[in-house]
Amino acid sequence: MTLSRLAFLKAGGSALPGYRLSLTLTLAWTGFFILLPLSTLLVYPWQGGTGSMLSALHDSRMLAALWTSFSCAGVAAACNIPCGLLLAWALARGNLPGHRLADALIDLPLALPTAVSGITLATLYGPRGWLGSLLTVFGISVSYNKAGIVLALMFVGLPFVVRAVEPVLRNLPHELEEAAHLLGARPWQIFVRVIAAPVLPALITGFGLAFARGIGEYGSVIFIAGNQPFKSEIAPLLIVVRLQEFDYPGATAIALVLLCVSLFSLALIAGVRRRFAVWSEPA
Amino acid sequence: MTRYVVWAASWLFILVMLVTPPALVLTEALKDGVGASLLTLSDPDAQAAIWLTLRVSVVAVTLNTFFGILAAWVLVKFRFPGRQFLQIVVELPLSISPVVSGLVWLLLFGAQGWFGPLLERWNIHIVFAVSGIILATLFVTLPYVVRTVMPVMEVQGRDAEEAAVLAGAGFWQVLWHVTLPGVRGALFSGVLLTTARALGEFGAVSVVSGHIPGETETMPLHIENLYNGYQSVAAFTMAALLALMAMSAVLLRSAPDWLARLQEKKA
Repeated sequence: MTLSRLAFLKAGGSALPGYRLSLTLTLAWTGFFILLPLSTLLVYPWQGGTGSMLSALHDSRMLAALWTSFSCAGVAAACNIPCGLLLAWALARGNLPGHRLADALIDLPLALPTAVSGITLATLYGPRGWLGSLLTVFGISVSYNKAGIVLALMFVGLPFVVRAVEPVLRNLPHELEEAAHLLGARPWQIFVRVIAAPVLPALITGFGLAFARGIGEYGSVIFIAGNQPFKSEIAPLLIVVRLQEFDYPGATAIALVLLCVSLFSLALIAGVRRRFAVWSEPA
Repeated sequence: MTRYVVWAASWLFILVMLVTPPALVLTEALKDGVGASLLTLSDPDAQAAIWLTLRVSVVAVTLNTFFGILAAWVLVKFRFPGRQFLQIVVELPLSISPVVSGLVWLLLFGAQGWFGPLLERWNIHIVFAVSGIILATLFVTLPYVVRTVMPVMEVQGRDAEEAAVLAGAGFWQVLWHVTLPGVRGALFSGVLLTTARALGEFGAVSVVSGHIPGETETMPLHIENLYNGYQSVAAFTMAALLALMAMSAVLLRSAPDWLARLQEKKA
């Protein structure tokens, strides 16, 4: 008893061996592969002095690219909310025929390598593509402009929304809806008061994950976007452009903004989840 | 009634949004027939790209699996100051843009980077070479094994391990004979996710590769090159092959479930 207690105190609160070894290796591994590389982002922009960093942040082409990335990611994530809700509902509650196949297809955008989705979406929605030519009939063009970016980001972000909402819908007790129905609630009242309320935090989570993924997305967007500066140039692409011009400080400034926004939105989701933790955790 | 509308709308959306892309990849690849499509794969640059992708993936998956298991072990089995911080750090690459994941290696080892001049003097090339591609892939795929293994290890508890220790087992013995068999399924799934991601990584690799055909071009980069050069059949053939590899890795994760179900049916 005393022996195991002693070992417990020595080794990180556990009687198991290998604490020092595994901790050392893990710290070395994360230190070299994550902390060291990421620290460059925090330090590098300031190496040329505060002035150069501030002037890099005032570049109008960069601001336009950041705006394109943020607005398109926001619109795409917002469009994915009704679509994701529909699919999640059909899968969790609707007894969708062929639900197993549908379930596998939902994850397709995550499994498809981004370069493949990129050239595929560009061809599909291009002026002569299957869906692009269909849209041209209605006078809509979705390639080489912001609509194309939104479309590509919708494709990439869809699984995040569906997978955030689906478990919540699945775990929501049927009795609640039945009780509301018996108490005389109309279908829309049931939806708004009984279903939407617990689903809302999951929707916000899905929106945030899709948004965070969207602002950083590169491969699936650049082929369909057209990449015109000030119009359809996304921030990650501008990083690549700056690197080709050997403007490392300019590239790092954009990277730093992207990193901060993405971490901020993920922290926000974590906050929302903690605030509404009652329903959002699967039983 | 509402039910049928939901069904129709869901399947319509799935067909338009999710089924058309893979269907298009196949039709574009096979536009000039199977023979023409296969012929594009015999191009030396295409073969070099396939081999490079396989090599990089094997290295990234092996290293990240080994260290991923250790990280999951230390994060689950022990309580120490800074544990939560470490957990956040391990998951960071998931929320970082692929392009930024490549950029950080340029800032470290590029000509204008921190260690660039030093490496120059020793004549070591990391950036715009295969080592840079491996580093970028390692960074991007780092969290997957840890993330999939950790929750299962958590559920597993420590009773079996503590019993093994009392019976005289050492660290590696406990890990290999007690802990790992219990998390086999999750580990399998994590390794396959890592593989899928390593095969398909584009943005990060694109930044550090230097795009030298036949030398530092992985499959995704070669696809970009072919597509921009209007070699549609070759681009989509390579895309079909890459998608097939990545998607079978993802789908294979449910193989244990299928096998279990098959055996249940037999019994």
